[in-house]
Amino acid sequence: MKFVDEFRDAELGRAVAGEILATVDPGRHYKVMEVCGGHTHSIYKYAIDDLLPENVELVHGPGCPVCVIPMGRVDDGIALAQQEGVIFTCFGDMLRVPGSKGSFLDAKAEGADIRMVYSPLDALRLAKSNPDRQVIFFAIGFETTAPSTALTLMRAKAEGIENFTVMCSHVTIVPPLRALLDSPDLRLDGFIGPGHVCTVVGARPFEFIPADYDKPIVVSGFEPLDVLQSVHMILKQLAEGRSEVENQYKRVVPYEGNLKALEVLGEVFELRPHFEWRGLGFISQSALKLSEAYADFDAEERFEVPGVRVADPKACQCGEVLKGVIKPWECKVFGTACTPERPIGTCMVSPEGACAAYYNYGRFSQDREAV
Amino acid sequence: MSATGGVDMSREERILGIIETTRAKRPRFKDDHITMSHGAGGKATQSLIEGLFLPAFESESLRELGDAGAVEVDGAKLAMTTDTFVVKPTVFPGGTIGELAVNGTVNDLAAAGARPLALSVSLVLEEGLSADDLRVQVEAIAGAARAADVQIVAGDTKVVERGFCDSIYVCTTGIGVRDPRAEMSTRALKPGDRVLVSGPVGDHGTAIMLARDEFEIESEIESDTCSLWPAADALMGSAGSSLRCMRDATRGGVATVLNELARASEVAIVAKEADVPIKPAVAGASELLGIDPLYVANEGRMVAFVAPEAAEAALVALRAVPGCEEAADIGEVKTEPPGMVLIETAFGGKRVMDLLAGDPLPRIC
Repeated sequence: MKFVDEFRDAELGRAVAGEILATVDPGRHYKVMEVCGGHTHSIYKYAIDDLLPENVELVHGPGCPVCVIPMGRVDDGIALAQQEGVIFTCFGDMLRVPGSKGSFLDAKAEGADIRMVYSPLDALRLAKSNPDRQVIFFAIGFETTAPSTALTLMRAKAEGIENFTVMCSHVTIVPPLRALLDSPDLRLDGFIGPGHVCTVVGARPFEFIPADYDKPIVVSGFEPLDVLQSVHMILKQLAEGRSEVENQYKRVVPYEGNLKALEVLGEVFELRPHFEWRGLGFISQSALKLSEAYADFDAEERFEVPGVRVADPKACQCGEVLKGVIKPWECKVFGTACTPERPIGTCMVSPEGACAAYYNYGRFSQDREAV
Repeated sequence: MSATGGVDMSREERILGIIETTRAKRPRFKDDHITMSHGAGGKATQSLIEGLFLPAFESESLRELGDAGAVEVDGAKLAMTTDTFVVKPTVFPGGTIGELAVNGTVNDLAAAGARPLALSVSLVLEEGLSADDLRVQVEAIAGAARAADVQIVAGDTKVVERGFCDSIYVCTTGIGVRDPRAEMSTRALKPGDRVLVSGPVGDHGTAIMLARDEFEIESEIESDTCSLWPAADALMGSAGSSLRCMRDATRGGVATVLNELARASEVAIVAKEADVPIKPAVAGASELLGIDPLYVANEGRMVAFVAPEAAEAALVALRAVPGCEEAADIGEVKTEPPGMVLIETAFGGKRVMDLLAGDPLPRIC
């Protein structure tokens, strides 16, 4: 595949790995967090950490949009889906996330009309072709997916579609990062910045990381060479005593972001005062809700939503995994009570979740070479 | 792996060991409801088959969990199989539900090393189905049967009220004669064996996904549906008793076949990503959708496990079969870790390639 294979070139990969080895101080242990679940997925899929020196540790961050959805939110969604006349739509990843009484997939098997869509526009199309039904779209994701929800809502408004609403669970990346950096139980040396989020918001919102916390961040692409090069750029900053925002993903990310998309977000959404994150608890101003102008399209306004708060299951340590405090396999239930078939925690569901990625791809030690 | 930073390696190893023990146990069926995952060919399907059906229907032939079951009638060695087709849309680039229904059953027989002889065809029709649409499928069934050289000898028709099925479901049952040239078993894989595929993978599933028009991606990808008897014939002719096992890589794709066989034979399988033939259009669509073509269904692709000394000849014979020109050697059977499939990524690392929990779901971003 042109323009993709070039970024998966094994020989170049080994060359960058050599440069990384030459950059690190062998006496130091480095912890670098990849913020975005897309990076976690790439790292495991391509076994990128096989190419890193022993003392460079990649720590998985909170940037998996499915993983951060708390159980209560799933229960609320299911309650909406079970209302008479409702067609409830969401992305495929979301279907298997467990609420306190089962997942969307279970609710579907019990009779709720829950459909997987690939884009919010598909949900809007369903609303148009089913005028006698109420179509609800369960919107999740960081700033990456929020513009597509916003554009869909603008179209719904322009076309005067009355049977379409959104249950908005969009979140923003900066507040949880700040919460992480303020957390005393984590010592990180630098960040692999969330390339997809940055295509929308740009690199500027991450300037607080070097400014306030004196740590480097490199906005990174998702191909294996991108990730390796970003790790090298972070290590180089550390070696030279710098901490800056650098942009490895220049071919896609403008430093100022996508101004049109930002404008659309500003029109359709406003910040929620608080939002509960799976395992991280309430973080203020960390999520989006529909703005006054779009309140008519807010499922939480139109329907009775129980608004349940459900404590995370006791055994589940998703919070610590999301914060990078523990490795997936260090969780008490990893791989035994909690598996991709029967997930307890959200991190085990999405292919971007650290636990699912480790379970599906990494569950094999390189020391145990196949013979 | 270095991500663990060398911290307490033994504990990670121990936990991995516990997980392997858990995985090696016969899966139990503990769900309250049937969900779509039970039909996806991954772990949920496995729990249904091994946790509910096998214990209830226990028979020597079923325990083999092959593509077709063995039946012996007065010394005649037969194979029997059945399959139901519910695909949507019923007409798609490269095929129709009717062709699939014939080829699917023919291929299950072929993979079991049996020359397909006769089929039965049962139709479940939805009230209101247009006669023209039905005619298209009937002609497709007849055409595919002619092409595969099998007779249709029995049939059944049921009509259900509108909404109780999706236009047309087809169920076919087939019998064939087991070929004496090969003694195959899912438990016969040995370290050193080579893994062959009969052509590019992922075409059928990708063609269906795109034909559903849910993605608005235009492509020329066509289903690979065809009879695999010529491929099976060539493999048995060239490798004979060195042919350990064949599998038709349908639902769950090549990755699922490798996992099932690694488990059944208690061996490891290491595949090389760079050696797996994938058409550029399929690779591109999979990339966009975040789906791995190795998990995508095929309807005309055989995976064969061949002793090393016969592998080269088998590959040559396979490539001479029309439609199998791009057959390839994609990996090797190893000893450790038993029951596991590993893939060497084109980028130079190595990772696990497990069964999926359910349907492959497109990633959201």
